[in-house]
Amino acid sequence: MSENTETFAFSAESLDAAKAIFAKYPEGRGASAVMPLLTLAQRQNDNWLPRAAMDVVADMCDMAPIRVYEVATFYTMYNLKPVGKNFVQVCTNISCLIKGSDDVFKACKKKMGIENGETTEDGLFTLLEVECLGACVNAPMMQINDDFYEDLDADTTTKVLDALANGETPAAGSQAGKRVGCQPDGGLTTLKGA
Amino acid sequence: MLHDKDRIFTNIYGIHDISLKGAVTRGDWDNTKDIVAKGREWIVDEMKSSGLRGRGGAGFSTGMKWSFMPKDSPLPSYLVINADEGEPGTCKDREIMRAEPQKLIEGALLAAVGIGAHVCYIYIRGEFYREAEILQRAIDEAYAAGMVGKNACKSGYDFDIYIHMGMGAYICGEESALIESLEGKKGQPRLKPPFPANCGLYGCPTTVNNVESIAVVPDILRRGASWFSGIGRENNKGTKLFCISGSVNNPCTVEEEMGIPMKELLEKHCGGVTGGWKNLKAVIPGGSSVPMMVQSQCDVALMDYDGLKEHGSGLGTAAVVVMDQSVDVIGLITRLSRFYKHESCGQCTPCREGTGWMWRMMERISVGNAHIDEIDLLEDVTRRIEGHTICALGDAAAWPIQGLIKQFRGDMEERILAKAGTTADAAE
Repeated sequence: MSENTETFAFSAESLDAAKAIFAKYPEGRGASAVMPLLTLAQRQNDNWLPRAAMDVVADMCDMAPIRVYEVATFYTMYNLKPVGKNFVQVCTNISCLIKGSDDVFKACKKKMGIENGETTEDGLFTLLEVECLGACVNAPMMQINDDFYEDLDADTTTKVLDALANGETPAAGSQAGKRVGCQPDGGLTTLKGA
Repeated sequence: MLHDKDRIFTNIYGIHDISLKGAVTRGDWDNTKDIVAKGREWIVDEMKSSGLRGRGGAGFSTGMKWSFMPKDSPLPSYLVINADEGEPGTCKDREIMRAEPQKLIEGALLAAVGIGAHVCYIYIRGEFYREAEILQRAIDEAYAAGMVGKNACKSGYDFDIYIHMGMGAYICGEESALIESLEGKKGQPRLKPPFPANCGLYGCPTTVNNVESIAVVPDILRRGASWFSGIGRENNKGTKLFCISGSVNNPCTVEEEMGIPMKELLEKHCGGVTGGWKNLKAVIPGGSSVPMMVQSQCDVALMDYDGLKEHGSGLGTAAVVVMDQSVDVIGLITRLSRFYKHESCGQCTPCREGTGWMWRMMERISVGNAHIDEIDLLEDVTRRIEGHTICALGDAAAWPIQGLIKQFRGDMEERILAKAGTTADAAE
């Protein structure tokens, strides 16, 4: 995990990506690039955003730094302090709540030995309770870094976390083993033809 | 019941090839050039007569919205597609993006012609990283095949389409907040008027449409407005993606006819309510922002704008959240109150302060730690937020609580009295 919060510089690869980002917006509308650039910085920096990176982005977008800080603190997906290698976000909103997200969250706490918002000492996991992640028919679910793990219960949650702790990459998607998408688990009721 | 031949999203489960080639075999991009050639006016008229109402929640006529775009503006016009899907219970746009991306891209081109735009931004919630990757690959394929870009589909029309990622703010699903965000600012809604059609992105004429509204456009224009308007009921036309979650045996997303009875929807596609229909306690029929309905209403309710309005609720995003008798509805609405407090952008005082008040009161009531007359006080607070804010988030936060009080006041009183009883016992 990067501990350097004093300075930040985009890598050559990120600078190429930044060029492509600016090309999406009309001339003189560089401010539109602020969010994608902050995201780019965060992804380069072990998934968190130091103030030094915000300053670099402000400079690139020709914005006052305060405007960039406003954006970085308004949107919840910018992590303003270091997070674990596996950033585990458990949805506990209504559809997940009904289907047992409390069990999923408890299983996470038990496995990681931490509370909501904390990071394990070894830096392997950060746990966060979050709002609806938009996979409600596959509830309960959690997001780990970029991937959704769906149709969970306490056991499958623990299995996913065990795999990650062992350095494996468990397959994303439904963990119930029956479906791949949002179709009914009991078999298709529509679109049965080839 | 809707037949498969009338279903638009034939690969919504992602079972078949999602590539451009696969999409073309299912009929996407068929003669798009000819549709573009029919021109702006024809497209808007056809959309108007199809009866399509916006699928993002508000239900405003899509064709009508397009017709508000100025024809003689010296400024460029923009199409913005709202893929900031985050209304609790709602997960249909995600499926369109990851399983039917070409429908969205083709729809974007046709919508752009309809409003006179040459540039489209798709604003996707940041958490949908994988979905955005899939959609970007689909866009790249469409560019490579000449479907979009300069001289799109050899129609002579230039059209560029870009993805812009949000970063975790529910409020950016509100169209003017989304525009602010796209401009690189905090996502705080704008006071309207002016409406985006006159002054939207970068101060230019802009139309903001939901993913599903755009993705159904190619089928409507290809099969004809009369085909679409032949499905459903008057004022509630067409097909719709329903996402059914919560206490059903098989939660799923399914495309059905507008106006399908709620009971039929749940029993035919979701294996019924867990424990049987009699075990049903309540349903939120259109995403978290609409009031809940009780079983006697669910027995007869039809799933469309007017059908649900009749029962004091709404179709919203058609995200049906089902609760059986085991669900603590007070706890559930408390959870929603926390959500709205978390997502309030902080701009308007009634919403910024009020969502916190409501949440804290709900937390106490949910464990019975309140006085009976606080139910009326809570109701009064909701009325002071509703209608007193720039955007609809204040309303959306108030309505679920109003629905709870209306439908389950007895449960709330019971909980408060039970707690008072135990405290009295302990004191003795």
